[in-house]
Amino acid sequence: MNDALDVALRLLVVFAVFLVLPLVVGQTEHKVMAHMQGRLGPMYAGGFHGWAQLVADGVKFAQKEDVVPKDADRRVFQLAPAVALLPYLLVLVAIPIGPSEGAVGRVVDAGIFFVLAVMGVGVLGSLMAGWASANKFSLLGGLRTAAQLLAYELPMLLAAASVAMAAGTVSLPGVLNAFEWWWVPWQIVGALVFFVAGLAELQRPPFDMPVADSEIIFGAYTEYTGLRFALFLLAEYAGIVVLCGLTTVLFLGGWHGPWGADGLGWVWTLLKTAVLAFVVIWLRVTYPRLREDQLQKLAWTTLVPLALAQIALTGIVKVAIQ
Amino acid sequence: MPPIPGSGLAKGLAVTLRTMTRKSVTAQYPEVQPELPPRTRGVIGLFEENCTVCMLCARECPDWCIYIDSHKETVPAAVPGGRERSRNVLDRFAIDFSLCMYCGICIEVCPFDALFWSPEFEYAETDIHELTHERDKLREWMWTVPEPPALDPGAEEPKEIAAARKAAEKAATAAAAAEAAAEAQEDQP
Repeated sequence: MNDALDVALRLLVVFAVFLVLPLVVGQTEHKVMAHMQGRLGPMYAGGFHGWAQLVADGVKFAQKEDVVPKDADRRVFQLAPAVALLPYLLVLVAIPIGPSEGAVGRVVDAGIFFVLAVMGVGVLGSLMAGWASANKFSLLGGLRTAAQLLAYELPMLLAAASVAMAAGTVSLPGVLNAFEWWWVPWQIVGALVFFVAGLAELQRPPFDMPVADSEIIFGAYTEYTGLRFALFLLAEYAGIVVLCGLTTVLFLGGWHGPWGADGLGWVWTLLKTAVLAFVVIWLRVTYPRLREDQLQKLAWTTLVPLALAQIALTGIVKVAIQ
Repeated sequence: MPPIPGSGLAKGLAVTLRTMTRKSVTAQYPEVQPELPPRTRGVIGLFEENCTVCMLCARECPDWCIYIDSHKETVPAAVPGGRERSRNVLDRFAIDFSLCMYCGICIEVCPFDALFWSPEFEYAETDIHELTHERDKLREWMWTVPEPPALDPGAEEPKEIAAARKAAEKAATAAAAAEAAAEAQEDQP
């Protein structure tokens, strides 16, 4: 009985985090983007500096009619948003935010494998949406998503493998237990590759060709309305949280920090995640969208070789210090 | 020397970050009133006490958007045996702001300082006919006309002040001269 309660409580907390953090990131994006463009952003909803803008947006989306195109593959079309969103919830369960047993939803022994595999499933939602919509723009968007997934999953895996090699384990808490501060400069190239590849997998600008609104309307999400569309958007922000959390855990030492008491490791994790989320928004505001071929070139001629070089470096250092 | 690879990317990040730390340019208009420059052309106010119905404004108006009606009244002679005078009385003064192009020629041309620019700008209407404002409304807007802005340092004196000063100086010197002459007369036995 106690075990069941424990599991239920953990899942509830993870679910709450899953609902709240993406909204916080989204609101931050509204505000940061506005100020980087010399604007104020939302100011009315909720009274104080538009804090409830995304809640209002959610209410609006919920009121809209849920349209399924006549020629669409109905079942697949309706299922796609859930497939896009749920994997991030699953990943969140495995990310440790503190050193104690209670600071992780569920300790998964093959944590890195689990996390990367499940994150790949999220992209499947876009593919399903693109194929099932019976719309040429959706199909183009879906195909671009597929190409992007193929190109960027590889460097992401290689960069994560480098950390696993360094730590000698594929468990996420295991990686953090083995962490030393000099891992940050040692793995910095891998961190950059992982972060950039993650951005591309989330289809965040400057890697948002699959939804390039000036070229293919909104890519795979063109035909979506109402709540299902909102779920796709939520998936993007949940993806930011998960990517930043994973980068923190794998490369930036998670709960380790220069100061702070033992019980406050989770503050470090959240702080690092928040800074990375800010960087994600910052990059979106700053850079224009890459062209489709530039995207492929970046992945295959830059990120993959860099990731391989990082693995070589990790191997050499690992052998040298043993 | 060729630029360091990636320096352009860093520059872009610096630009957005710098912009974020600056004050944003958004004007929160209904909550915060805009700070208008002096001599703002918001609306035209009528100081009807100064109007002599000379019709110059209505005739100079390029849009023909000023409507003036008047009649003549006879004023009885001020002194016994004098002549009766006739005087123009303003019946209607209206400006159609749906036609007005805010050129300000009427204000320039008014010889009696009866028309003024007011910075008031919130007089939108839902019907275009309601944009023709009559003299009572135009008179009300006179209360919103600001003081004329101060002259630039070192600027030429305004003509009327210069004339008044000259006249005062002349009177003062004349008075001084008269006094001196009187004193001189007293001194002589």
